This record gives sequence, structure tokens and C-alpha cells, in this order.
Amino acid sequence: MSASALVRAEGIAFGYPLPGGKRRPVLRGVDLAVRRGEVLGVLGPNGSGKTTLLRLITGVLRPDAGSVTFAGVPVGEWPRSRLARRVAVLPQHLELPAGFRVAELVEMGRTPHARRWFGSTADDERAVLRALVEADAMDLAGRTADELSGGERQRVLVAMALAQEPELLLLDEPTLHLDLAHQVSLLATLHRLREQRDLTVVAVLHDLNLAAAFAPRVVVLHEGRVAVDGAPDAVLAPALISRVFGVATAEAWTAEGQRHLALADVTASGVRTEATTQQA
Amino acid sequence: MRAAATTPALVGRLPNGPTLTRAALVLGVGLGVLLAVLLLAVAAGSVGVGPGDTAAILGRRLLALPIPETWAPATETIIFELRLPRVLTAMLVGGALAMAGAAFQAVFRNPLADPYIIGTAAGASLGAVIGIVLPVLLPALALGAGTSLLGIGLVQVLAFAGGLGTVLLVYAVARSGGRVPVVTLLLTGYAVSSVLAAAVALLMFSSGRALAAVFSWLMGSLADASWPELAFAAPLVAASLALLVVRWRGLNLLLLGDAAAGNLGLDVEREKLVLTMLATLATSAAVAVSGTIGFVGLVVPHLLRLAIGPDHRLLLPASLLFGAALLALADLGARLIGGVPVGVVTALIGAPFFLWLLRRSRAAAPVLSA
Repeated sequence: MSASALVRAEGIAFGYPLPGGKRRPVLRGVDLAVRRGEVLGVLGPNGSGKTTLLRLITGVLRPDAGSVTFAGVPVGEWPRSRLARRVAVLPQHLELPAGFRVAELVEMGRTPHARRWFGSTADDERAVLRALVEADAMDLAGRTADELSGGERQRVLVAMALAQEPELLLLDEPTLHLDLAHQVSLLATLHRLREQRDLTVVAVLHDLNLAAAFAPRVVVLHEGRVAVDGAPDAVLAPALISRVFGVATAEAWTAEGQRHLALADVTASGVRTEATTQQA
Repeated sequence: MRAAATTPALVGRLPNGPTLTRAALVLGVGLGVLLAVLLLAVAAGSVGVGPGDTAAILGRRLLALPIPETWAPATETIIFELRLPRVLTAMLVGGALAMAGAAFQAVFRNPLADPYIIGTAAGASLGAVIGIVLPVLLPALALGAGTSLLGIGLVQVLAFAGGLGTVLLVYAVARSGGRVPVVTLLLTGYAVSSVLAAAVALLMFSSGRALAAVFSWLMGSLADASWPELAFAAPLVAASLALLVVRWRGLNLLLLGDAAAGNLGLDVEREKLVLTMLATLATSAAVAVSGTIGFVGLVVPHLLRLAIGPDHRLLLPASLLFGAALLALADLGARLIGGVPVGVVTALIGAPFFLWLLRRSRAAAPVLSA
């Protein structure tokens, strides 16, 4: 595992600066190794440092302590544009600038590969087309960004990330603004792409069941550390959910034998918010 | 899976970016308009010169064509020494302001951004007003200021330095922890501008008989344009605009926001600094020879975005050409209605036209919310 790790975080700590020179600690020593070709789900309550972890991997943030390496080289030593040829990010939210057509936006994904002053190369054009097709966004190519629905925007963002032709795709709550059908179809697309392109995927997700269905391996962040790391069926047990999220859950099994976590006692308690305050 | 089958057939059929033909069309039209405006603006004036004679004089003097002289020598002086430098200065200034405006609107992701937004105008004004008022207050200096360095007056040098220096100051003040947040930059620019504007007002109050000159400069006027001034501003403007055009990718990416631009490999803070300084350099050089002409830098990029889209690889050069043509036309208008400052014309005609366009065009809304 150690030899082929694409991303390796060792003992990373990070805090956001507060007025007065102090820092509000978010990560307090996270160890994580992501192998090539792996699909990893990152879970945890709000504020547990999931997005911060992604930003440390892309080098947007530098750790206060510890190190993050990509392909064996510390992320801080990668020139930004060279790292962007290998790592793409699908952000939680992206304001697509008005007036650009989708094909032009996807072409922006080629920026780290750009060689020409004015136009794009045949390679760029091929990559843009492939990205549009594989992200199911070909039918959107001629539309402008301001006339897209939420699900369509997400397909465009996937296409922009694919145009970068990355080895590692980082996703920050990619299903946040999507309805159930679009959530499932996006995750199915990502799985297909992982196989087609030999991608490594690290996805911050908020839905435990969706994460369990999507990722063969999950890590759960809690109070700035990795609480558990392993196969979802093994680690997402009611005791852990109760400890980390403060929510009582029960395990249920579907007819196909899939495990499912069900919220316990939401209606029985009468008040919805009470369920979330039951601390273990 | 579908990719392999579909890809080859679709290559070259994407509605992708401005193709070379489209760019050539837009820029060709712009260049044609610019040349037509040049001829018109040089020919028209209190002494009318036929377009044929105008073209012949320009061809003889600029391109050294062997054209026989069939006009009075005074005509050639009017065309070549008075009107041509003024028209070319108008074009230089208009092009610089429009392109700098397009750049600032992208860097700040703010449709209200114009080339003056973070202090260029206030700094240049203070410099220029000092240059105008100082010789009045201290007559001993008048001799030194009157004899100019290579034809460049104290006013131009101080205006240029004031504009550039103010933006450097604003940038340094707004910087904290290696980052320059846009909102901080805009607010800092506003605060610094206010202080400088107060200083300008104070100087105007004590400017005595120089008040008219100060006022004319602040409104923006091309009446004093000359070859030496043009020779001072043109290389600065040309160099900074050329460096700006080749950074079109950075400008496009910044429209996606800092985080996304960074994830696409852009060194966001450095890029913003470079873009801001290039646009400021062009603006300061332009303002130094024209005064603070408003409106061109705000409106021309907006009009062009409506017409040709937001992609900077075409928007920047188009802004240059159409901004140049527009200001030369406005200055022609200023000359014809009796020598009012050109800034008055751009505001009086440009602003209502912009409002009309804003209301008429539904497409204006998304562009302005970009």
C-alpha cells in the first residue's frame, strides 16, 4: 500500500487564522493514504475538516504540521499548473460566468495543458469532446451557462474536470444540490469514468448511505482526526454514527441483502431536532 | 464507451470559442471603423479639408508615399501638427481605457469596475493638479515647469506617477497574509481615493487663476495633445496592453472565482497583481495625457460583451479598437461643438445611450450579474 500511494497525508494539522493571531484548529493530526485507482469516501459532521482536507491535498492550503504528498512529492513543491494537469477538483459550488457557452467553459479545463497563445490544439479539442461525451454533457455544448438547471450545471462541472485529464479527481459534496435521481446518476457516471480513465477518486459526501453505495472505502473525520477507515459495511456501525454524528441509527437490510442505516426515533420523539442532540 | 465512436466525427464541429474567422471578422470590422474614424476626425474641423487631401497628406507624411503636394502648406500643418496628434491621442486613450476597463471588470468580477476604480483617477488627478497649481502658488517654479522635459510637462509626469503610485499604495495596504481580497482592495481604493480627492479639492480652492485649467483636466480634455506627449504615452500603453492581451486565459479563469481558477493551475494572487498593474500602467499613461475621461472604460467592454461574448481573447483586442474609435468620435464632437472637454461629451451622450441599451436588451442582465 505504501509504495503505490498516490496521495499520502502524514500527521497533518491545520487551523484557520483567527483575529488576534491564534488559529482555530480544524485538523489535529490526520494520516491518510490513497492508492492509485481507489475510490475513497470522506465523511464527517459539518466542520469536521472534510473540505479543509481536500484543500490541503490540492495545495490551496498548507498544513501547519505534517506533510501531504502527491505522487511522492510534497504538494507545496508542485508548480500549480503541473499539479493541475494531474489533479482536478469538482467544487461544492461554482458560479459559472454568464455568456460563455458550455463548450467554452469545458475548454477552460484545458488551461493547465495549454500550449498555444490564442487557440487550442487538436489534442485540446479531442479532450474537450471526450469530456463532454463522458460527462453526458454533449447536448449542452452550445448552451450558455445561465440557462442550465442544477443537474445540467453539475454535468458541465464534471466535464470541465475531465477536460483536465486528471489522475486524481477530488469531489466536494458533489451531490449537495441534486435531487435523488441526479445524485445516483452522477455517482454512476463517476464509477464508469473511474474504470474508463483509471481515475483515483476522493469524494467528500454527506449522505452515509450514498457513500456506502459509492465508495468501497470510507474514512470518517471526527474532531480533526480520522475516527475510522475501512469498508463502509464494517465501519459505519450505529455506535460510531452515534459517537461522531450524535444521531441514533438502526441497521436495516434491503431485500437484496444490502445494509442500510435508518434514522431511529425521529418521529417517535415528536420533535425532529431532538434526535440529533442525543449524545452518546 | 460512447466516446470512441462519437469523437472523430465531432472534431471541429464544436461551437467552441471564437474561431479564427470570427475573430478576423470582428477585428477586421473594428480596424475598418477605426480607419474611417481616423480619416473623418482628421478631415473635419473649423477648417474643412477634403477626405482625398486628408488621405493624401497622411499617406505622404506617414507612409512616405510619393504624392504631389496640391494643397496649401498651412493645410498640411493643420492636419499633421494639430489634428493628427489629437486624434491619435484620443484613440490611444480610448483604447487603453476600454481595455483596462475590461481587465478590471474581470479581475474584480464586478460589472461596475472601471479603469479608475482602485485609485488611478484620484492619484493622477492629485498629481496633475499639483503640476498645474504649483507654478501658480510658487511663481519661481513657473520657469522650470514651463520649459518641459522633452516636451513632457510637469503635469503629465506627476499625473502618471500619481496614478501608478496610488494603486501600488492601495495594493500594499490591502495586502494581508500574502492575499489581497477583492473587497478589501475595492474598499481601500475607495478610502484612499477619498483622501486624495479631498487634497485635490483643497488645491483647487487655492488655485486662483489656474482653476479653469484644473477643471478642464479633471473633466478630461485632449485640446493640448501633441506629438511629444503622444510619444511619451504610446510606448507605455502599447507595451502594457500587449502584455495584457496575452494573459486572456488568466482573465477568463478569474471569472470562475479564485478557488476554481487556482484548481485549474492559475497562481491567482500573482495573476491578479500582474493584471492589475498592467491595466493600471496603461490607464495612468493614458490619463497623464488626457485627464480623467470617464465612461469609456466602463461602457465599451459592456457593449462588446453583449455583441461578441465575454471571452477575453477577443474582448480585449475588440475593446482596444472600438474604445479607440469611440473616443476619437467623441472628441470630434467636442471640437465641433466649440471645444468643450471631451469627458463632458462621453458622459452626456454615452450615459443615456448605455441606459437605453440596458433597458432594451434582455441579454444585458446576465452580463451585468457576471
